[in-house]
Amino acid sequence: MSTTKKITAGAVATALGAVTLTACGGGSGASGDKADSGKSKTVTLVSHDSFAASDAVLKEFTKKTGYTVKVLKSGDAVEAVNKAVLTKGAPQGDVFFGVDNTTLSRALDNGLFEPYEAKGLDRVDPALQLDKDEHRVTPVDYGDICVNYDKKYFADKKLAPPQTLDDLAKPAYEDLLVVENPERSSPGLGFLLGTAAAYGDGGWQGYWKKLRDNGVKVVDSWEIAYNQEFSGSAGGKKAKADRPLVVSYASSPPVEVLYGEPKPAEAPTGVSTGTCFRQIEFAGLLKGAANQDGGKALIDFLIGKQFQEDMPLNMFVHPVAKDAVLPELFTKHGVVIDKPLTLAPGKIAENRDQWIKSWSSLVLK
Amino acid sequence: MRGALVLLPAAFFAVFFAYPVAAIVGRGLKSDEGWQFGRIGEVLAQPDVLDVLWFTTWQALASTALTLLVALPGAYVLARFDFPGKQALRAVVTVPFVLPTVVVGTAFLALLGRGGLLDELWGVRLDTTVWAILLAHVFFNYAVVVRTVGGLWAQLDPRQEEAARVLGASRFAAWRRVTLPALGPAVAAAALMVFLFTYTSFGVVVILGGPAYRTLEAEIYRQTAQLLDLPTAAVLTLVQFAAVACVLALHAWTVRRRETALRLVDPAGTARRPRGAGQWALLGGVLASIALLLVLPLGVLVARSLDASGGLGFYRALRSAEASGGTFVVPPLQAVWNSLEFALAATAIAVVVGGLAAAALTRRAGRLVRGFDALLMLPLGVSAVTVGFGFLIALDEPPLDLRSTWILVPLAQALVGVPFVVRTMLPVLRAVDARLREAAAVLGASPLRAWREVDLPMVRRALLVAAGFAFSVSLGEFGATVFIARADHPTLPVAVARLLGRPGELNYGQAMALSTILMVVCAAALLLLERVRVDRKGEL
Repeated sequence: MSTTKKITAGAVATALGAVTLTACGGGSGASGDKADSGKSKTVTLVSHDSFAASDAVLKEFTKKTGYTVKVLKSGDAVEAVNKAVLTKGAPQGDVFFGVDNTTLSRALDNGLFEPYEAKGLDRVDPALQLDKDEHRVTPVDYGDICVNYDKKYFADKKLAPPQTLDDLAKPAYEDLLVVENPERSSPGLGFLLGTAAAYGDGGWQGYWKKLRDNGVKVVDSWEIAYNQEFSGSAGGKKAKADRPLVVSYASSPPVEVLYGEPKPAEAPTGVSTGTCFRQIEFAGLLKGAANQDGGKALIDFLIGKQFQEDMPLNMFVHPVAKDAVLPELFTKHGVVIDKPLTLAPGKIAENRDQWIKSWSSLVLK
Repeated sequence: MRGALVLLPAAFFAVFFAYPVAAIVGRGLKSDEGWQFGRIGEVLAQPDVLDVLWFTTWQALASTALTLLVALPGAYVLARFDFPGKQALRAVVTVPFVLPTVVVGTAFLALLGRGGLLDELWGVRLDTTVWAILLAHVFFNYAVVVRTVGGLWAQLDPRQEEAARVLGASRFAAWRRVTLPALGPAVAAAALMVFLFTYTSFGVVVILGGPAYRTLEAEIYRQTAQLLDLPTAAVLTLVQFAAVACVLALHAWTVRRRETALRLVDPAGTARRPRGAGQWALLGGVLASIALLLVLPLGVLVARSLDASGGLGFYRALRSAEASGGTFVVPPLQAVWNSLEFALAATAIAVVVGGLAAAALTRRAGRLVRGFDALLMLPLGVSAVTVGFGFLIALDEPPLDLRSTWILVPLAQALVGVPFVVRTMLPVLRAVDARLREAAAVLGASPLRAWREVDLPMVRRALLVAAGFAFSVSLGEFGATVFIARADHPTLPVAVARLLGRPGELNYGQAMALSTILMVVCAAALLLLERVRVDRKGEL
């Protein structure tokens, strides 16, 4: 045996040793992975980055059903859905949570989900059940994408904050609004869809022309819009931001209270209630899931009272179950949106890409 | 013989790089009717795509030129001058290179954006301009020039230039005739590396450039992850592939020229205290530019990580999962340990794979092996989203269904780490005299013993340096990690991104505090490196 060969053999042995060692030692908490195949006590929930739940609630699920939840975060909402479409038939997990009405058609047309009628569905508002006939998806939460305003700015200026989409195009609010690019951000897309819902196929472009002439600013992500450009947020104050209007969520004001340092008595921001587009998020059992039974149990649990009541303070969305009680933070600092703007998923699927394209040549160029 | 050495790295790259990338590109270009190569022409004919290509190329050229302009004096100063704190400074300038773009983007926005320092002093705002992109690219790549060019500069014998002057050449002529030709290939190699990194820039462009600017990399992400337009993404991936392959071929060529041409001396003997007003002014200028371009953005992060009263409240909040309001199942501080664990595993893989590859490449190389050398660099130039989506559709069957296992994170990170290991180890390995090994064998040593007594002591340092680099790069890596991050296992950059993704002062403050911690951990790793780093032949 030559020198090099021996060195090679030694090195390969070391390599294998290292890999085995790390496989055993690294990534604590990953030891349950092996148990995923076959009859498993683990149920895997694939979701987007914004998924959050209390540890206690997930443990409660384990206590009730014997299944342990493993959460796999799969990028932002659209990215997560697209990944699920790509891995159709050989899914990464058992249940997908986070497909919303803007992406629903893509998921359903691709046949991602196995029909399953969840237990307790009768407690869920029928208006939110967009797949009532086939039960391929189950609504889990809803939220509203709305323009938020910086209360202090408008109080100082003795100016009434805008309430409707029409208001935003008025000269009084020139150069005040920052929005997200619908190509890259889901609140940005929601806001665009809201304008399409309000002004119709023919009218929304004219509205955006007015917004553009009124000095609307476009940035790529919610993070930048909210933390850097919006004067009402904590980050924005530090950055001395000067846009008092931003596209965010109806639930953002309670969150500002929750994470205030120190906690303010009243939210520093408000919601323009006439600008809201409703987003409904669904969960579904993935076709080809390794743990079908666990997946079904998990979907039942997601619309169960306990999880529904845990959601608002974790993901800042509203429960769909009628028996779920909202936390005080929401009842005190949140607003109820009576007439949100909505669009049918089929309509969105049909027009989405074309609308984004024409929006971008209209507003960005 | 060499074949055996090449085997493991080749298998690693085949399984975890070539196969996934080919799978996703294939998915885009193949339909039920077979391959659709016509798509390539169709996509390339779109005016939008041409705009993207044009912007990608010119911003990379401009970034490279600007980086060289700013960093070459720095390379000279750090190579030829001796002054207190030099080691620490060398570590400081390297920190940006391994910071994730989420963090850097935030720092630059704080500096160049509305209400930033420039805005406050002179009312100048550079965010959403191409200047912000260029400056951030200088920030990131300063270290590449300092390490590649400076490392060599320190080893050039100053007496050659002095000899030329004795023979009557002016100072400038002597520099132009003696030093410049010797440095040329290193400068070219550094420029090509910077070009490669800026050509494939993603985070910087998206965060600082705003919607108006798009690089190929950003467009590939959009087409893949957002629009699921795989045919277009596949064509763009191939275009980027071709561009990167050209750059790498050029790079390999310049590196080869450098290796054959020079006789080098111990760097310890070439540095001296600055003399005369000119040299002091140069030193001052370089220090000022480092302070402005590199230290200031880092300082802004630190400042924002402190709460209203200048206290450590945000840092304390990192210790509890409750304060993060369910963003994580674990306290955010746990992310530090997750990151360290992943980075250690990634380092182990990168060192083994890269070390074996370097060992194979050491022997007098044929064309095939040189090709392999360039191949190992490819992951640096292929978009993370392509690799990530490739993983998803390629590694989905046993025994390789790794998509939901933690090992995928270190594997993906190692892909980026391997090129650094190879680049660091190769020059040192090549310098080991084979005759020493033969002598040991003649004296009766077993091959293993000969390796242990002859090779190991000489390589150990390089191995440590390589490991350190792989470690730092893994620590800051974001693209691949975010892909498979689990709720209970966020890494530092992932945790920062998640905290930034929610409203509220406490979340923002915690994001800044975690960024600061990441920065300090990277700096500590790099400072340790400086301690062991004696041989400066490595290219980085």
